[in-house]
Amino acid sequence: MDKIFAIILGNLLINNFILFKFLGLCPFLGVSKQTRSAASMGIAVIFVMVSSGVITWLVYQHLLLPLHIEFMRTVAFILVIATSVQFIEMVILKTSPALYKALGIYLPLITTNCAVLGVTVLNIDDFFSGNKAVPGSFGFSVLQAFFAGVGFLFVLLLMSGIRERLELADIPESLDGTPIAFVIAGLMSLAFMGFLGMKV
Amino acid sequence: MNRLWKEFTKGIFRENPIFFIVLGLCPTLAVSTSLNNAIGMGLAATFVLVCSNAIISLIRNVIPDKIRIPCYIVVIATFVSIVEMVMKAYVPALDRALGIFVPLIVVNCIIMGRAEAFASKNPVLVSVADGLGMGLGFTLALLVVSFIRETFGSGKIAGLSISHSFEPALVLSLAPGALLVLGFLIGGIRWIRSLRSY
Amino acid sequence: MADKLFVAHAPHMHKTESIAGIMWRVNLALIPSGLVALFIFGPAALWVMASGVLAAVGTEAFIQKARGQKVTVSDGSAFMTGLLVAYNLPAHCPIWVAAAGSIFAIAIAKQAFGGLGRNIFNPALAGRAFLVAAWPKYMTTFTKPFVYDAVTQATPLSLIKEGKASGMVDLGLSYWDLFIGNRGGSLGEVCILALLLGGVYLLCRGIITWHTPVSFIATVAVFMWAFGSPEGLFRGDALFQILSGGLVLGAVFMATDYVTSPVTKKGQVIFGICCGLLTGVIRRWGGYPEGVCYSILVMNAAAPLIDRFVQKRRYGVA
Repeated sequence: MDKIFAIILGNLLINNFILFKFLGLCPFLGVSKQTRSAASMGIAVIFVMVSSGVITWLVYQHLLLPLHIEFMRTVAFILVIATSVQFIEMVILKTSPALYKALGIYLPLITTNCAVLGVTVLNIDDFFSGNKAVPGSFGFSVLQAFFAGVGFLFVLLLMSGIRERLELADIPESLDGTPIAFVIAGLMSLAFMGFLGMKV
Repeated sequence: MNRLWKEFTKGIFRENPIFFIVLGLCPTLAVSTSLNNAIGMGLAATFVLVCSNAIISLIRNVIPDKIRIPCYIVVIATFVSIVEMVMKAYVPALDRALGIFVPLIVVNCIIMGRAEAFASKNPVLVSVADGLGMGLGFTLALLVVSFIRETFGSGKIAGLSISHSFEPALVLSLAPGALLVLGFLIGGIRWIRSLRSY
Repeated sequence: MADKLFVAHAPHMHKTESIAGIMWRVNLALIPSGLVALFIFGPAALWVMASGVLAAVGTEAFIQKARGQKVTVSDGSAFMTGLLVAYNLPAHCPIWVAAAGSIFAIAIAKQAFGGLGRNIFNPALAGRAFLVAAWPKYMTTFTKPFVYDAVTQATPLSLIKEGKASGMVDLGLSYWDLFIGNRGGSLGEVCILALLLGGVYLLCRGIITWHTPVSFIATVAVFMWAFGSPEGLFRGDALFQILSGGLVLGAVFMATDYVTSPVTKKGQVIFGICCGLLTGVIRRWGGYPEGVCYSILVMNAAAPLIDRFVQKRRYGVA
């Protein structure tokens, strides 16, 4: 139970992927100008994170470990992510054109979102010890993937609200755009430091 | 020769991937807490960049256009795996310090970006020069960021303490400091550029 | 320009008031706490306040001059930021720490965003959060009240967080001590009486409304009453939680900042409740003893979204 809370809080706030682990910064900077697209991107990321989290765990446990080819992890995982993104794209296109219209353009971008590969690699680092899955490993992995995605969505939404408000502000010219986005992220990271060391 | 030199130097200053094109930021922030980490990360990325540029340039006429991105990914991931294994074997301390950012070199936008924008359209030697320049430009940027963060954040240069009376602002070696330093560095470089263009 | 900005950002205020008028009234409302701090902590408090204010005003003037803008330090907003930074510091911290906090607050949290009216985060609180992360040892060493030497004493909240005390009896304090400021803490937060005096003045003048402070403080009280005690539900000491830490200072003077909080009254109530919840969560389960500063900063980041959400609903109904 404690571990579940630790995973949830850790990925949502204390070790937020964007603000503290610096994963997924490119979409964070690129897609945070409008709240609507930020929300779509965030949801798409959650989707891909959970599905690739599930598949990569299975691949690692039932393919790489039995064959003793753990060193293929990086290659295997990035292929899984690329394929699952493609697959999700097709499924969405067939089942819900409206959803495809909203998420479509973000899906290909997600392949190179380091947060997705990051969470799958972290799952292996965190929930396997000495090449054996710890008890509950699969559940923890899925939970971590989901809440890493939710934390990503949360910060992306906050950022997009702020950037919409700043649209008309008289920001010094050389700071406008990417630099000010970093400054905002830095201040948000300072604010989120308040959750440091939280224990339930 | 001239062309090679031009492609090599552009990545270091004029088109520095981090300061001007703003790519490959995640590792820049995460591993820039000390100069040693920065050098390790920079060289690892440079190695992957040079090798993947060379291979992709070699096979650029063979790859079908439709599946070129997956092909690039496989090439890049292969070299990243090599780096991973070499690091684990010979510099385990560095490998631990860089953590998941070693496998994440795969999704470093600089490498993918150079493959797509340069190596897939140019001959081998030029692509290698481009990769080397971009890699060193990335390393240089990492060194600048980590120098600032290590000096003012933990009062050390490459692991050696500066002085006892200097009280470093711890925050610079933490996450918020990384974001703020990079933001103001990019802003500062833009500002210097704008002065020059008048 | 300044007047246009003012109308756009704060539709609920008297339009006749100028920015300078409001800012100097807030400064006036802060004076009682400053005087009490001098009385409680001695001359050290004066140097911290002076250094915070001078650094803030100097930084603002320098940046405005460098950017070729009109220097507007006489509007009192930089003065207020500097004073609030100082109020959030231990009285005996080195004066360069206060100056660094003010410089960060003005240069990075305010001017980098385009100056007055544009900042997203409350500058003074951003300055404080920066200092806590940069030089934690100076920010967590508090001194004993009414002993003008630097005799250290932990704040009531940190004693409870560290498990060295579990209630008023262990602390050896009465509610009256907390109310008048006979306790360790940041120099401007200790005397609730003086803060309330300033708060009532601002309320009567119509500069702040009750929505944010009341919802903020009430939420902390209810939350800590319900969950605040490790012994079980509904056994927390709500009055102690209200009177300790920086809750009143934050709720009255910093969560009510026009620029960084929602513009509608409904938005302000949501803002206050969320601040209260986050403060409660950090006080109860967080690593830091006090969460007021962080909860306001986090909600500052959420304020644009709250505005968007609340306004949309209203237009939808109409």
